[in-house]
Amino acid sequence: MANINIKLKVWRQKDSQSKGQFEAYEVKQISTESSFLEMMDVLNEQLINDGNQPISFDHDCREGICGMCGLYINGRAHGPDLDVTTCQLHMRKFKDNDSITIEPWRAGGFPVIKDLMVDRSAFDKILQAGGFISVNTGGVPDANAIPISKDDAEEAMDAASCIGCGACVATCKNSSAMLFVSAKVSQLALLPQGRIEASRRAKNMLSAMDDLGFGNCTNTGACEVECPKGISVAHIARLNREFLVANLKD
Amino acid sequence: MTKLNSKIPKGALKDKWTNYKDHQNLVNPTNKRKIDIIVVGTGLAGASAAASLGELGFNVKNFCYQDSPRRAHSIAAQGGINAAKNYPNDGDSVYRLFYDTIKGGDYRAREGNVYRLAEVSNSIIDQGVAQGIPFAREYGGLLDNRSFGGAQVSRTFYARGQTGQQLLLGAYGALNRQISKGTVKMYTRTELMDIVIIEGKARGIVTRNLVTGKVESHFGHAVVLATGGYGNVFFLSTNAMGSNGSAAWKAYKKGAFFGNPCYVQIHPTCIPVHGEFQSKLTLMSESLRNDGRIWVPAKKEDAQAIREGKKRPEDLKDEERDFYLERRYPAFGNLVPRDVASRAAKERCDAGFGVETGQAVYLDFKDAIARLGKSVIEERYGNLFQMYEKITDENPYETPMKIYPAIHYTMGGTWVDYELMTSVPGLFSIGEANFSDHGANRLGASALMQGLADGYFVLPYTIQNYLSDQHSVKRMNEDLPEFKKSEEEINNLIDKLMGIKGNRSVDSLHKELGHIMWDYVGMARNEKGLKTAIEKIKELKVEFWKNLRIPGDKNGINLELEKAIRLADFIELGDLMARDALLREESCGGHFREEHQTPEGEALRNDDKFMHASVWEYKGENEEPEMHKETLDYEEIEVKARNYK
Repeated sequence: MANINIKLKVWRQKDSQSKGQFEAYEVKQISTESSFLEMMDVLNEQLINDGNQPISFDHDCREGICGMCGLYINGRAHGPDLDVTTCQLHMRKFKDNDSITIEPWRAGGFPVIKDLMVDRSAFDKILQAGGFISVNTGGVPDANAIPISKDDAEEAMDAASCIGCGACVATCKNSSAMLFVSAKVSQLALLPQGRIEASRRAKNMLSAMDDLGFGNCTNTGACEVECPKGISVAHIARLNREFLVANLKD
Repeated sequence: MTKLNSKIPKGALKDKWTNYKDHQNLVNPTNKRKIDIIVVGTGLAGASAAASLGELGFNVKNFCYQDSPRRAHSIAAQGGINAAKNYPNDGDSVYRLFYDTIKGGDYRAREGNVYRLAEVSNSIIDQGVAQGIPFAREYGGLLDNRSFGGAQVSRTFYARGQTGQQLLLGAYGALNRQISKGTVKMYTRTELMDIVIIEGKARGIVTRNLVTGKVESHFGHAVVLATGGYGNVFFLSTNAMGSNGSAAWKAYKKGAFFGNPCYVQIHPTCIPVHGEFQSKLTLMSESLRNDGRIWVPAKKEDAQAIREGKKRPEDLKDEERDFYLERRYPAFGNLVPRDVASRAAKERCDAGFGVETGQAVYLDFKDAIARLGKSVIEERYGNLFQMYEKITDENPYETPMKIYPAIHYTMGGTWVDYELMTSVPGLFSIGEANFSDHGANRLGASALMQGLADGYFVLPYTIQNYLSDQHSVKRMNEDLPEFKKSEEEINNLIDKLMGIKGNRSVDSLHKELGHIMWDYVGMARNEKGLKTAIEKIKELKVEFWKNLRIPGDKNGINLELEKAIRLADFIELGDLMARDALLREESCGGHFREEHQTPEGEALRNDDKFMHASVWEYKGENEEPEMHKETLDYEEIEVKARNYK
C-alpha cells in the first residue's frame, strides 16, 4: 500500500447547451487501495472545501454491475484495466505523478448533459423496440417444462451479462451500438422461449438503433476489447444472421 | 386496540391467500384504463409491479432516480432466489420454505404474509424462465439449485453470481414492453420529494427532475413505493451510492407508520474496509459459503503474526485454524443465517483473532478446490473471484479471501397490512421498502423472492381490492391546492438547504452519521450506547442545518443537493432506528442487545414482552413519535429458541 500524487485533466461542461473545456487539477496522497471513483470523491471534497464546483459524474452501485458509471480515461473506455467498469478500476493501476485525462463518453447517441454525465436513454429505447420475450405475468409453463442445453444456457448467460454501460459505443469509431444490440438479440435467440420472436426482434432493434443516431459496424472489434463484461463480437454474427433471416422473410 | 389492522384473511393458513383472491374486489377492464397508478422505483419490486399493472390495463407512471430503470440496485444481488420447487427431491415444500423464513426471521414476522410468499415463490421461477432468464442448468437441460444459509435443502435458483441482474433485466424487459405499448410512462432521473394526500387518500407525488431541477406534481389514484431499504444511513453499506430512505421517510411524515426500524441485516461476507476514503462496501455472495470455509487462526500469536505480515494464512495447518462456525454450529456449519455468522465473526475479531486490520476473517476455498477442482469453482463463482481480485489485488484461488460483516439490508420499513397497503389509504409499499416478510433477519436469496412476489403476484391483486371503487374518481388536476402546497414546501426546503452556505460537505456529515450508527446502532447494541447515539444524532442534525455547504444552484444537475436532501432524512431515520433499538430490550435476529444473550453469546429473545412488531407513528417535528404494537400470533408454528447447532 502506498500513496501517490496525480495530475488530472477533466472535461467540464455546464450543461448540454454549453461548450465544454478541460480543466487541470491535482490530487495528493491518494491511497493505491482506493478505487478510481474514490479518488474523484477526494478531488470533489477538495473542490467543495475550496468553494468550487465539484465534478459531476454518473455512478451508483460501485461494484461493476449497474452500468451507470463510465469514464473515458486516458483515451480508453473505463480506463487502463481490462474487464472492469470505471468504479472497479483501482489507483494501483497508476504511478506516482501520473497524468490522467478524463472525458465523458463521446458519441452522437449519448449527448453530454453535464461534465462527465451523458444521456444514454437511447439504449432504453432500443430495448423498448423488442429486447424482451412477449409474455405477460402469470399463465406460463413450469420452469422445467422446457429443457435447455447447458451450453446454450451458458452462452445466453454470457450475452446476458451486458450492463448497458455504453463503453462499446464510446470506443467504436463509428459510435455503433451493435455489440449492445447483439447481446440481447443473441441471449434470447439462443433460448427456445426467445426463438419465436428472434428475427422480428433483431429487425426492430436494429431499426431503432439506426434511428437513434448510432453508426454502423465495420468489424474493428474495439467494442469487445473495452467491454467490461467481455462480451464477444461473435454475438454480432448471430445478430446479423437473425437480421438476414428477417429480411428474407419480408 | 391500536390503529393497526393487519387484515389477515380468516381460515387455515394454507387457504388464506386462495380465499382472499376468491373474494376480493376486482376492477373491470374498461375501468382499468381510467385509473392511474404511480410506482416509485424500478428494482425487482417496482419494475415487476409496473409491468404487471400495465399488462392488466392500468395507466402506470413509473419513476426512478437513475438514468435508466435497469440500474436499480436489485441488479447487484448475486447469489440467488429461493423457491419451493423441490426439484432436487430433497424434501422441500411450501410449508418448509415458510417455516425456514419465519425461523430465520427469529419469529418476528407475520405467518400469513410469509406463507403467501412461500406459496407464490414457484411462480416467480416459471415467470423468469418464460422471460428468457438464463438460470444455471444441469447437463440434462433442467434447472440447477444451490444451498443458502438457514436451510437444509437446496432451493436456490441462480444465474452465476448475477442472479439479481438477470431477474431485474427480465422485469425490465417486461417493463420495456409496456413502455413501448404506452401503458407505462417512464420518468428517469426523477426523484420523489413528497407524497400528496387529498381527503385522507394518497393521490400523487411531488418529484424533482434531477436534470432541470424542476419540482413537479403527478396525480395517481394510488401510489406504490418500491424504493428499497435505508442501509445507507450507515454511509458505508453494500447499497448503491444513491439508495436512500427518503420515500419511506416522507411517507412516515405523511402518516404511514414505520415498522421495526431497528431491524438491519449485517451481511457476514463483505470485503473489509480499507480506509477513511472508502465510499462503499462490496458483498461477496453468501453462495460462497456453500464451498468456502470460514476461519481465523486458533492462536492469537498466529493472528498477530499474520497481521504484521510475518506469516501467511497458507502457512497454518488445519489444526492451527479455528473453523469457528463449524465448531459452534455443527448442524449448519458455514451455512448458518447471516446474523449468526456476522456476530460470530465479530466475536472472534473482538477477542483478538482477526486478521488484516484485525477486522477480517478468512473465507477459504482450499478444500473445495482440492475436492472439486479449480474449474468447478471457477464455473460456480468465477465472476465473484474476479471481482474480489480486482478490488483487493489478491488471488482467492491461491490465498483465502478476507471478509468482514457489513450493512446490507433493512428488514424494517414502511408498515403494511396483508394487502401491502400502508396506514395511509391508497399508499402501498412493496419489496425491501416494506417491513413485512423477514421479521428480524432475512435469509439469503429471499430478497429477490419477496421483491418479485410482491410485484408480480401480490400487489397486482391486492391493489384492485382498493381500486375497485376508485374508477369513478376523476383524474385530478395537478394545480389543486394540495399539490401546490406540497411543491411550495419542497421548494422552500431546497432553498433552505441551499441557503445554509456553511463549510461542510454532505459526505463529511454523512460519514459522521455513519460512524455514530455503526458504533452504537450496529452489530451489537446496548442501552448506554443507544442513548449516546440519540444525543449525537441530535447534535449532528444541528450541525447539518447550520454548517452544510452545497455548491452551485438548485436549477440543473446538482448532485450535492440530491445527496443533502437524502441525508436530511437519513439523520432523522437514524434517530428513529436508535429509539426503536432502545425500546426492544431483547436480542432477536439482526438486533443484538448485549444485555440479552445466553452464556454462550447467543441471542436471547424475550417472547413474553416483545412478540410484536414495533410500529412508529410520526407526531410532528420535534415531537416524540408514538410506538404501537402489532402483536404477532403464531397459530401454525411452535415458537422456539432458534437453534442452528
